[in-house]
Amino acid sequence: MTDLSMPQTRTQSAMGKIALRWLLYVLLGLFALYYLMPLFVMLTTSLKSLEEIRTGSLMSLPREVSLDAWKTAWSGACTGIQCEGLRPYFWNSVLIAVPAVAISTLLGALNGYVVAQWRFKGANIIFSLMLFGCFIPFQVVLLPMARLLGIMGIAGTIPGLIFVHVIYGLGFTTLFFRNYYVTIPAELTKAARVDGAGFLRIFWSIFLPLSLPIIVVTVIWQFTQIWNDFLFGVSFSQAGTQPVTVALNNIVNSTTGVKEYNVDMAAAIIAGLPTLLVYVVAGKYFIRGLTAGSVKG
Amino acid sequence: MSEWLENHLPKVVLAPSFIAVLIFVYGFIGWTAWVSLTRSKLLPKYEIKGFIQYERLFDSPRWDTAINNLYIFGALFIVIAMVLGLLLAILLDQKIRVEGAIRTIYLYPMALSMIVTGTAWKWILNPGLGIEAMVQGWGFPNFEFDWLVNPDYAIYTIVLAAIWQSSGFVMALFLAGLRSVDGEIIKAAQVDGIPTWRIYTAIIIPSMAPIFLSAFIVLAHLAIKSFDLVIALTGGGPGYATDMPATYMYAMAFSRGDIGQAASSAMIMMLVVFAIVVPYLYSELRAKND
Amino acid sequence: MAPILDINNLYKNYGATEILKDINISIEPGDFLVLVGPSGCGKSTLLNCIAGLEPITGGTLAIGGKDMTHVSPKDRDIAMVFQSYALYPTMSVAKNITFGMKVRGVDAATQEAKLKEVSSLLQIEQLLNRRPSQLSGGQRQRVAMGRALVRDPKLFLFDEPLSNLDAKLRVEMRTEIKKLHQTLDASIVYVTHDQIEAMTLATKIVVLKGGIVQQIGSPAEIYNNPANLFVADFMGSPAMNLIPARTERNGTGTHISIARDSGSPITLTDSRDLNLPQDVILGLRPEDIAEAGFRAGAGVQEAECLVDMVEPAGADTYVVSELGGKQVTARLHAETSAQAGEMLNLAFDMSKVSYFAKETGERLN
Repeated sequence: MTDLSMPQTRTQSAMGKIALRWLLYVLLGLFALYYLMPLFVMLTTSLKSLEEIRTGSLMSLPREVSLDAWKTAWSGACTGIQCEGLRPYFWNSVLIAVPAVAISTLLGALNGYVVAQWRFKGANIIFSLMLFGCFIPFQVVLLPMARLLGIMGIAGTIPGLIFVHVIYGLGFTTLFFRNYYVTIPAELTKAARVDGAGFLRIFWSIFLPLSLPIIVVTVIWQFTQIWNDFLFGVSFSQAGTQPVTVALNNIVNSTTGVKEYNVDMAAAIIAGLPTLLVYVVAGKYFIRGLTAGSVKG
Repeated sequence: MSEWLENHLPKVVLAPSFIAVLIFVYGFIGWTAWVSLTRSKLLPKYEIKGFIQYERLFDSPRWDTAINNLYIFGALFIVIAMVLGLLLAILLDQKIRVEGAIRTIYLYPMALSMIVTGTAWKWILNPGLGIEAMVQGWGFPNFEFDWLVNPDYAIYTIVLAAIWQSSGFVMALFLAGLRSVDGEIIKAAQVDGIPTWRIYTAIIIPSMAPIFLSAFIVLAHLAIKSFDLVIALTGGGPGYATDMPATYMYAMAFSRGDIGQAASSAMIMMLVVFAIVVPYLYSELRAKND
Repeated sequence: MAPILDINNLYKNYGATEILKDINISIEPGDFLVLVGPSGCGKSTLLNCIAGLEPITGGTLAIGGKDMTHVSPKDRDIAMVFQSYALYPTMSVAKNITFGMKVRGVDAATQEAKLKEVSSLLQIEQLLNRRPSQLSGGQRQRVAMGRALVRDPKLFLFDEPLSNLDAKLRVEMRTEIKKLHQTLDASIVYVTHDQIEAMTLATKIVVLKGGIVQQIGSPAEIYNNPANLFVADFMGSPAMNLIPARTERNGTGTHISIARDSGSPITLTDSRDLNLPQDVILGLRPEDIAEAGFRAGAGVQEAECLVDMVEPAGADTYVVSELGGKQVTARLHAETSAQAGEMLNLAFDMSKVSYFAKETGERLN
């Protein structure tokens, strides 16, 4: 009896396994659809005419592909009274993000190098204080920062926004580099000191050449943060210096005229494209930054 | 002179950043705390008047709504994102053939701005032409899905969009955690004939307690700071129905010209964040020093 | 000639903890000084202080007759080899070796010549274009030494350079370092926790424990006349037998009685003129206990002991017997017929015995 039933149960369990496997892939596929659906809807909507949007279904493919909405979103949509599209604001974001990323990354690298390799009395306390700065809700600094930017004469300017992003990005960039540099044995610094190299020489000749992965992680993190920022952008900019996120919100919520959903969607994709591109090209480093930013060490 | 510089260069290099953090983080927190104790309105005043702003804040029905919304949003967002993230991580941990591609799909919303996310969901959820219209068009004319414009339900649309944005990230955290469990323990359990689901519930998940904590901290932090998504999706509306502390603070600071209220609400936000983050950071730093 | 390294009353504290206490060491040019001690004894800290990588709390330090107490490492005319080798990971072997010269602005031709000289001395010419990650442990070790040699410094510092190598390679490199020392006539300070390394390499050994110098001396002095129980126990393998005993002065000699759990005490006589307290710890190396008849000399005394264990080790056979409550090891010839559980006549060379005070552990004779 036992001998006969054995193969049978085995086939049954094998079939059960295959069924489970199928279920697993179906589930994963459904979730993939859930995550992709908004992107799909945005894309198809942006390619439809307003007429088709009104009469057609949310999920349907465009009957007639039209790039008009993209053109309007890029150079004609109204962000209030001005109707120049996203283009000037897109460049504002570039002008803000590039220097702010560069400066905060460089400072973070130097700070991390000091904290990790040149420990002096109080260095750990300084690092802890900087680390805490990463976690404050920025609402608590909005009011005094608005006043200070006014006093410095850079309120509502792009340099003002660069300044703000550098200051509040320092905690994270320092954290990234510090966590990377503590894994490099202290003997390396010692050897270089005995060899006669000083603080900056050691940084330049030994640490910087080792740092490519963490520079990539930090640059991607900072770029994503700054490009996607809305709070500082909306608080510290004025007409003409607004970053792309603020302009997008203004386009979508502008009350003048007919609601042009296809333009809204095209604008949203344009605003999201740079970070999306970075994610697709360097996703590995993006994830590393995310996890490093949340689970330290 | 150069000898002194050589010896003190590390401090000299760190000093500007440290001073910046002292002023722009701690100094500014101090300024906000100070102003929250004054009668500042359109312009800041520096004469301390006690907790009058906090009394006004707690008497304000709008703040009351904001706090209630934070509770609802925070609880649902954190719980659902964690459950979903863990589920996805476990599903993906079954030696899936196209794991890389699926992971990329689950995680890409995290790269997007909350404003973009909000804009997309605002369109999808709008009752006239979005999901409601679509389902009605499929032959269910009585189907109703007007949460976005319904004051009682609008907050749940924010939960929906926020989960879409962040659950993939929670998945990535959990997946890393699952992968870091000692493979030999799992092999030992398999040799002992323990079924897979038991291996997860009894061995793997309990060993990931620190990851749960990290995920919780990150999500709670996101919830308290949530601002962009609310602005883009509902603008705090209908009425004040989806106001959150962050939007309340912003409205007081930049449109209502009530600096006292802005400062006191910002302080409350910071205290909530600190209540969550400080014990966590403290234990992290202590664990490192041991 | 002035000492090449002269340390006077050196103290080193980390906050309130004293890491090094009142260190006084002086070595002559050509000396190979080994700092040895268990982990945490402060030997590496002392080396870092000599290098100038750690500031010292008190005292003075001179290298080559010049006061270096507050001089930065690059100006001390030293070179250092590290435990992890600390090779610059992004530089080729050649760049690793010449980096120090480059930093100091040595001209390219000299750099090239020096590199050639050192790489042929260490037989690493074929490795010059490789990255450190492409080298084996032994090769990395050579490159690290090359980086130090090329500088031609007054003083070489070695921080446990062999501890990351496997056993066989360690012995080979040990020999090689010794050869290098002899050919170059270099002055070296060398840190290790391995007492065999200390014995084989050193011309002078400093034994450290808890930041305090226990003994300074030549390997033979340290081995034969350990200054206290710690040194006696730490140096030598298998360790020196340290047996509680009672003494009684008898004319010019001393009767020594050692209790046994099984049977009556054994009594031995040391004919040297000693002045000992009643209770002592008697120290005798395993090789100074032999099988009766295999050892002769004025101080040799025999006693019958119960063999607890026999451990053949190839060239020798170790025999363990309980004496004074301790497992006492004797080193016998390989062909011994000793059997566990049987009695054996052992010969004790009493002229080699060290005596230590029971309370302080200090040497008494």
